[in-house]
Amino acid sequence: MNFDFSDDQKQLRDQARKFLTEKCSPKAVRVVLDGKTPYDKELWKGLAEMGFLGVAIPEEFGGAGAGHLELCVIAEEMGRANAPVPFSSTVYLAAEALLIAGSDAQKKKWLPAIASGEAIGTLALFEGKGNPAPKNVKLTAANGVLNGVKKPVPDGAIADFAVVAARTGSSGRDGDISLFLVDLKAGGVEVKSLTNLDPTRGQAEITFKDAKAEPLGVAGEGWSILTEVLDRAAVLCAFEQVGGADRALEMGRDYALDRIAFGRQIGSFQAIKHMLADMYVSATLARSNSYYGAWALSTNAAELPEAAAAARISATQAFQHCAKNNIQVHGGMGFTWEFDCHMYYRRANAMALGLGSLTYWEDQLIDRMRKKNAA
Amino acid sequence: MNFDDTPQEAEFRATARAWIGANAPKQYEEDLRKSSLGRTVLRNADILEVAKAWQKRKADAGWACLHWPKEYGGRGSSPIERVIWQQEEGPFGQLSRMFIIGHGMCGPTMMAFAREEHKRTYLPPLASGEKVWCQLFSEPAGGSDVAGLRTRAEKDGDDWVINGQKIWTSGAHYSDYGILLTRTDPTVPKHKGLTMFFLDMKSPGVEVRPIKQASGASDFNEVYFTNVRIPDHQRLGEVGDGWNVSLTTLMNERSAIGAAVSTGFPELFEYCSSLMLDDGPAIEDRAVRSKLANWAVKASGLKYTSMRAISALSKGERPGPENSIGKLVAGSMIQDVATYALDLQGAAGVVSGEDAELAGRFQAMLLRAPGTRVEGGTDEIMRNIIAERVLGLPGDIRVDKDVPFNKIPTRGRG
Repeated sequence: MNFDFSDDQKQLRDQARKFLTEKCSPKAVRVVLDGKTPYDKELWKGLAEMGFLGVAIPEEFGGAGAGHLELCVIAEEMGRANAPVPFSSTVYLAAEALLIAGSDAQKKKWLPAIASGEAIGTLALFEGKGNPAPKNVKLTAANGVLNGVKKPVPDGAIADFAVVAARTGSSGRDGDISLFLVDLKAGGVEVKSLTNLDPTRGQAEITFKDAKAEPLGVAGEGWSILTEVLDRAAVLCAFEQVGGADRALEMGRDYALDRIAFGRQIGSFQAIKHMLADMYVSATLARSNSYYGAWALSTNAAELPEAAAAARISATQAFQHCAKNNIQVHGGMGFTWEFDCHMYYRRANAMALGLGSLTYWEDQLIDRMRKKNAA
Repeated sequence: MNFDDTPQEAEFRATARAWIGANAPKQYEEDLRKSSLGRTVLRNADILEVAKAWQKRKADAGWACLHWPKEYGGRGSSPIERVIWQQEEGPFGQLSRMFIIGHGMCGPTMMAFAREEHKRTYLPPLASGEKVWCQLFSEPAGGSDVAGLRTRAEKDGDDWVINGQKIWTSGAHYSDYGILLTRTDPTVPKHKGLTMFFLDMKSPGVEVRPIKQASGASDFNEVYFTNVRIPDHQRLGEVGDGWNVSLTTLMNERSAIGAAVSTGFPELFEYCSSLMLDDGPAIEDRAVRSKLANWAVKASGLKYTSMRAISALSKGERPGPENSIGKLVAGSMIQDVATYALDLQGAAGVVSGEDAELAGRFQAMLLRAPGTRVEGGTDEIMRNIIAERVLGLPGDIRVDKDVPFNKIPTRGRG
């Protein structure tokens, strides 16, 4: 049994950590947090140069042709560094949708541009409140144009193109949904930035008025493609969340070692020790569930739907748990803008919603476990 | 990343599987599969006898205590082979439960500290289950604080004379031997005045009284010592070095990797999959699904945490500290799971025993569960261990550390 990353993959993780420690310090993250720029363009360029943006994109489309396990270790470091770049929307959502359903021409057009850092992509799925479900997709596609409003769209204000879920039928079945590719810089697209929980990753409202769109994948298969895209993204996001949870735990631990109160290190009080031990437990469970998700993703296993849901739930819980208790360990200082704790708290809570809520994934997990047992 | 055996592992697994297939007591397989925490019932059989027979059979064929050296009754197997054996033994592994203390703690302690002739005499029958061992550490005045124990050992010629009381001793009522931690010098700080021995539980002056637990069952005992004589050659380690010797024992207790921890989740999921509530199937109820999902990811998280440790063993590496979360997570989880299973039964959940739903499986689990959060290190001790050894936080401030043992206060009030 070898349920672990290889030495090469661990080396890649070390390389990513070193790179991000240098190029993505908390100070650099704050430039985006404070609204001075929508994302860290220098870092984005650097990630492209390192080959990280295209690590799972095949060589024939301009990527490194490594694989999803390599992408997982990089994702973990992106989460740990709280990187203020459109990595998840471009790499986990847009690129994966293209890899699953794109025509050769579509892949040739967009994937090399993603790998080189020239194009930012996203997935436009949600339309206000609600979780991923065909009935929540109201935006229509007809005669090659889209009409409707998507919100929130991750990194929508800086994206060059979007994969858009649209309604092409009214039978009430999954087959009513089809996917489209839209050049967001073309006509018929209005973009409005939205303030959101985590300013280091933008959210937008995008209005499509007779916007030109080309089909992505077979018409009527949009929902099954989306389901697979979301499963893959769930695993990749889980690694970001695991990275973030670990970092929040470390910050709490370090502060508990440094801070003196009542004449002793606060980390010597059991109330603090036990809180940190419980954070370690959550982070460990999340990491192990995520490893299983990585295995399922990288081998394209039949277990992916169940593994992805488990990784998603476990990692979401762990990041939220570690981020909130990191603030608690810090006491009042943890609640200041000056300390970095809130950046992880913001990221943890934004990520908990991005692919659909915890409740949604709990429901998915049970459905998938039942399906497996029935089979 | 894969879950595949190496060729050597696959070969070992095939050999183990074939032997188990041909030799395991299959007539009890169904009963063992249906058993869960607090409820192991073999119809028409005494579980102690079935367990001893299975252990002896394994020993005769060289499948007992796989990781022990051959000369002491083991197989000299690698850690990963031991894990593979456990996986293959499956439900029959539950029959080893009565040997866990002896094989997991007493044996390794004897191996590290006993004289060679004692090892050759005592270890093989311990491995084969012919002799059962217990561990006599905890006392009324020293549970989590084991080093606070008061049982005295005083030198008298070539013997030591023991007086005092132990408590929470698993299996003392059917044990032949035990390892015993005593205080030999009360005038020095508490960790420095301890000495370890092993003894025959049939020695004159040893009295075992089963404790009736909160669950109604009796797995644990009080053991009283009245002028019990132990020859000096049965001392384990130096006089005054008992604390270090006991650490060897406790490290072994907590390092069992791949040993399945019971979470109650598979039982609950199976139950909910067929249960009808007033408004329809339980598994389609939103609240039920949310609960199940939360426990599902804990159970799978533990499973894959264990797989990570096994992978390290497979590569010949030392597993990381992550396995230390197992007991802490599973202990409180199984308690919550049992509580919830009864909640789903409504007022009928109050009925236990054979007349209850599933013959009282979850009721028995509920009543046994508090013990799992205490035995072998309370939840709080486990959190301390994670905080101190894994996260590197400071140890507790121990006000009695440098005080002579006989000057430490013994009561909180008055």
